[in-house]
Amino acid sequence: MSELTLFLVRVAFLAILWIFVLSAISVIRSDMFGARVPETARGGGPAPTGRKGNGKPKKPRRGAPTHLLVVEGDNPGTRAELADAPLLIGRGSDAAIKLDDDYVSTRHARVAASGDEWFVEDLGSTNGTYVGPVRITQPTTIGVGVQVRVGKTILELRK
Amino acid sequence: MSQTGTLMGFVHRRRRGAELFLLVLALAVGIGAYAAVGLGLEGQVPADIVGYGGWLTALIVAAHVTVRIVAPYADPVLLPLVAALNGFGLAILRRLDITYEALDDPHTFARQQLVWMTLGVVLFIVTLVLMRDHRVLQRFTYTAGLTGIVLLVLPFLPLIGREINGARIWINVAGFSFQPGEVAKVMLVIAFSGYLVLHRDALALAGRRVVFVDLPRGRDLGPIMAMFGISMMILVLQNDLGSSLLFFGLFLAMLYVATERPGWLVVGAALFAAGALAAYTFVGNVQNRFNFWLDPLDYYDDSPGSFQLVEALFGQGWGGLIGRGFGDGFPERVPFAYSDFIVSTIGEELGLTAVMAIVLCYGLIVERALRIALISRDGFGKLMAVGLGAIFALQVFVVIGGVTGLIPLTGLTTPFLSYGGSSLVANWVVIALLLRISDQARRPAPRLDPVDESAADSEHTQVVKLR
Repeated sequence: MSELTLFLVRVAFLAILWIFVLSAISVIRSDMFGARVPETARGGGPAPTGRKGNGKPKKPRRGAPTHLLVVEGDNPGTRAELADAPLLIGRGSDAAIKLDDDYVSTRHARVAASGDEWFVEDLGSTNGTYVGPVRITQPTTIGVGVQVRVGKTILELRK
Repeated sequence: MSQTGTLMGFVHRRRRGAELFLLVLALAVGIGAYAAVGLGLEGQVPADIVGYGGWLTALIVAAHVTVRIVAPYADPVLLPLVAALNGFGLAILRRLDITYEALDDPHTFARQQLVWMTLGVVLFIVTLVLMRDHRVLQRFTYTAGLTGIVLLVLPFLPLIGREINGARIWINVAGFSFQPGEVAKVMLVIAFSGYLVLHRDALALAGRRVVFVDLPRGRDLGPIMAMFGISMMILVLQNDLGSSLLFFGLFLAMLYVATERPGWLVVGAALFAAGALAAYTFVGNVQNRFNFWLDPLDYYDDSPGSFQLVEALFGQGWGGLIGRGFGDGFPERVPFAYSDFIVSTIGEELGLTAVMAIVLCYGLIVERALRIALISRDGFGKLMAVGLGAIFALQVFVVIGGVTGLIPLTGLTTPFLSYGGSSLVANWVVIALLLRISDQARRPAPRLDPVDESAADSEHTQVVKLR
């Protein structure tokens, strides 16, 4: 095997190695800038990040829910305004909706907005959070009147 | 760490096609390196390249298909990076095997590593398939912590504990030796994440301000002191400087991310300085390492001496910008060229160009881990991603920094490159965990009951019209 061939093999391999690294970087680049904006955010209104900022609170859309209400359980009637979102549900003292239910974890679930949609997210509770009959494993969109069950308590979004 | 990430304004694409494209390139790196090793050392493309390449391809395809099915939104770059590093590492081990065989010291590092890689990919698949939501791990916070500490203590037990090359970090079960510390890293990340996510408020808010820095309260120092104690125990009892540094650095990084308080870094750095000084004074090994780093050439002939480091530095210097080419270097002059010093082998035969590419690959892995942490919706996932990324960052910095003479040398494996089954298998599982968190983080929030919502909407619109 001649010296030149070996040199070319080496250069070719280094080239492949760098082509790989640069392609990986270009995929990361397109991943950063090439992501689609979902329909809900595109429809106007500030991005959901504006919600937490100190700017003017977004005017709620007509028909959008305004508060979260406990409809069944040990503390029926407890409510929290969605304007204060994200809302924490649990037995802890920092929870927006503080429940005395023994089957509820300290930081049980969270209700937050993304665009115009509200979703509920389980925060790793012991007994789980249910939307309808289904135990959720990831943030799940909820509409007005959809029953969310944590422990023995049932909550709903209300207008 | 705000719970509603600032990056939730857009939906991530799945990017599985991009992953496939990168995987093809990664396989070209792995198989190309294997072919180049054959050409350089034996003058021909290895006879078993089809079988070898086929096996590597099968493993990668299996991993890719699994990701496609069970984690469709997972990060597209992590798996290719890991596949390329692992394939490249296998080729380097093969290259060392050939030389060791010529020196009548036959090893089958490459073959064994391929077996370990197979096991690693199988566990990668099992992890992704069985664990559909990383948040279940939060239930095992304290179990994981206890397991991690037990794993760290295992090497001291009689019968199964073994001491190899001066470090008591091995256990021997049924003919296999294993480093439990590699698994302990993952367990401790889970434990720290679960603990910090619950207690970070107390650790973040209380304290007093001393010269621009918020120092934490004395009573909140418990966890950091405990972790410091464990690290020092590893250092003194196991004589393992690298792992000690890794565990303490990992905890510090996660504590800082969880609390957003530089005060912890001040406390941590002070503890580290105190520990380093104590180690320098009382542990002879540490003092040696420090001297070798400052004046490597002065201790060349001593025993223990800096022979290994000096040979590695000579090799890398001789390799220069594009290296000597496979077969034209002398990596066998460096003891442990197949594990801790594998980067010096790469530097000698492929030069700075390849070492930079390798370092960049690790950098990208860490970048992806931090990115996953940024977009993750739950605090536990964020902390876990940071912790797993920090493991890679610290490990690569400590090893490559040591081999290139930037910092005193401490023994740790180079993830995915070095020979070492425990490390390889554990790192594949780490990548599976990262992919699982990123799948959860990048998956758009699903829409439930769209009919119900639109019905309520239209109903209300009618009322407005009437009014």
